[in-house]
Amino acid sequence: MKTIYLDNGATTMADPKVIEAMKPYFDDKFGNASSTHHKGQEAKMALEEARETIAKSIGARYDEIIFTSGGTESNNFAVKGIAFANKSKGNHIITTKIEHDCILNACKWLETQGFKVTYLDVDKEGFVDPKQVEKAITKQTILVSVIHGNNEIGTIQDIRAIGEVCRKKEIIFHTDACQSYTKTLLDVKKQSLDLVTINSHKIHGPKGVGALYVRKGTKITPLNHGGGHEFALRSGTENVSGIVGFAKAVKIAGSSHIKQMTKMRDYLFENVLKIPDTAVNGSTGDRRLCNNANFSFKYVEGESIGAYLDAKGICSSTGSACSSHTLEPSHVLMALGMDAEDAHGSLRLSISRFTTKEEIDKLIEVLPGIISKLRKMSPLAKSDTKDSADSGGW
Amino acid sequence: MPNNASNIQSKQGGYSRKALDYFKNPKHAGEMKNPDATGKVGNPTCGDVMHIFIKVKDNKITDIKFKTFGCVAAISSSEALCVLAKGKTLEQAEKISNQDILEHLGWLPPVKIHCSVLGAEGLKDAIKDFREKHKKA
Repeated sequence: MKTIYLDNGATTMADPKVIEAMKPYFDDKFGNASSTHHKGQEAKMALEEARETIAKSIGARYDEIIFTSGGTESNNFAVKGIAFANKSKGNHIITTKIEHDCILNACKWLETQGFKVTYLDVDKEGFVDPKQVEKAITKQTILVSVIHGNNEIGTIQDIRAIGEVCRKKEIIFHTDACQSYTKTLLDVKKQSLDLVTINSHKIHGPKGVGALYVRKGTKITPLNHGGGHEFALRSGTENVSGIVGFAKAVKIAGSSHIKQMTKMRDYLFENVLKIPDTAVNGSTGDRRLCNNANFSFKYVEGESIGAYLDAKGICSSTGSACSSHTLEPSHVLMALGMDAEDAHGSLRLSISRFTTKEEIDKLIEVLPGIISKLRKMSPLAKSDTKDSADSGGW
Repeated sequence: MPNNASNIQSKQGGYSRKALDYFKNPKHAGEMKNPDATGKVGNPTCGDVMHIFIKVKDNKITDIKFKTFGCVAAISSSEALCVLAKGKTLEQAEKISNQDILEHLGWLPPVKIHCSVLGAEGLKDAIKDFREKHKKA
């Protein structure tokens, strides 16, 4: 059975060209970038070239890019690093209710360390109001952290407006751009950004690599103390092959991919919404990530939909409680003001530039039957619920 | 599947082959016309709702069906319950425990154990409903 991978919000396939670019750095060019001999310098050259590429892609200087092990580390570094370096100025942090768990849990931990955190509400499509950010700022505020493109519902925040508010009030602004990087405009100057989290494995690069953009002059405490790598902000021997792969992935990503994915996403929306009692979670149109779709199907549960799709070779994900370790429905969906029942019935389909129309067609062919079958099993569905397809094939 | 692999799977939260088979091809899912009794447990906020329908003749469960809103564990527990209960006397059937359902399925991921509890409770609720109706009659 052929795999149809529609879970690119979780991770992506590494581009074969990325893997090719990485290969020499495992054996031929295996040096430690901190060594002064020629083997070390060979690695150092590659590392700094990669840094330039990534800096350029977001309008930053090369010495503002700090390589890390990925999005979770970058987000922890940003939030905790700013909190500890700036606690003489204040102890208040502003974030939102729809952040990734690594921001939320870093903030919750900081609350145990004497910091105060405001978790901003979002509207029913998942947007943060920049005016609310401004209102929440107090004399004690040291950091605002708002996710750029949401990992579950694809909402793209107006970080430019939020950045302006923060710059005006002289508050450090961080955005988690793991999902949005290379998929929509990200420019540290135009958007007044002080810190940006980006990572590699969401953009067809290898896992275990990410970066934090830290604007020159921003006071931040490192998480890793050691040999002074990465401008003394993140010690530890650099993952040279991974970083080279990350930069290669950035080079390959282009605006034509955004157009292509947007078209495919909208085709997916159009067809999945033909299933009765189906709603979109998040926004539609320009302010949604080009690769993200998220639906709620009434009367059925998301893990079950995902398991039937999996049996057909299709990978997806859900915000249902049943798929989480905590048995709580997705905090992002709940922040939209949804009923728990509808959150349980959510399905995220996230495409990539490798997704083909044939793959979407296959999904569209099997999904109505799966929903219909589960609704026939569900005590919540009205028995007269009409479905566009029968449960054929099951 | 080698034992080792299934051990790893059960510890990591995967489903047994039997649970997946039951989930994919439940024989007892759907409506029952004129059931003798119905058990209703769970609530949609928590993500699981289970309705168990039974027909009883000469104190034996002659037919049993379920309608379940829930995950793979909830649906496969419902099916396992039906397989275990069919043909049993009411006294035997009400003794079916969540442990019996778990053993029948092989295992469920630790966070999903409550789904098997729901299955056992659903049948007890149906039997209770039957006895109440029967008393009045």
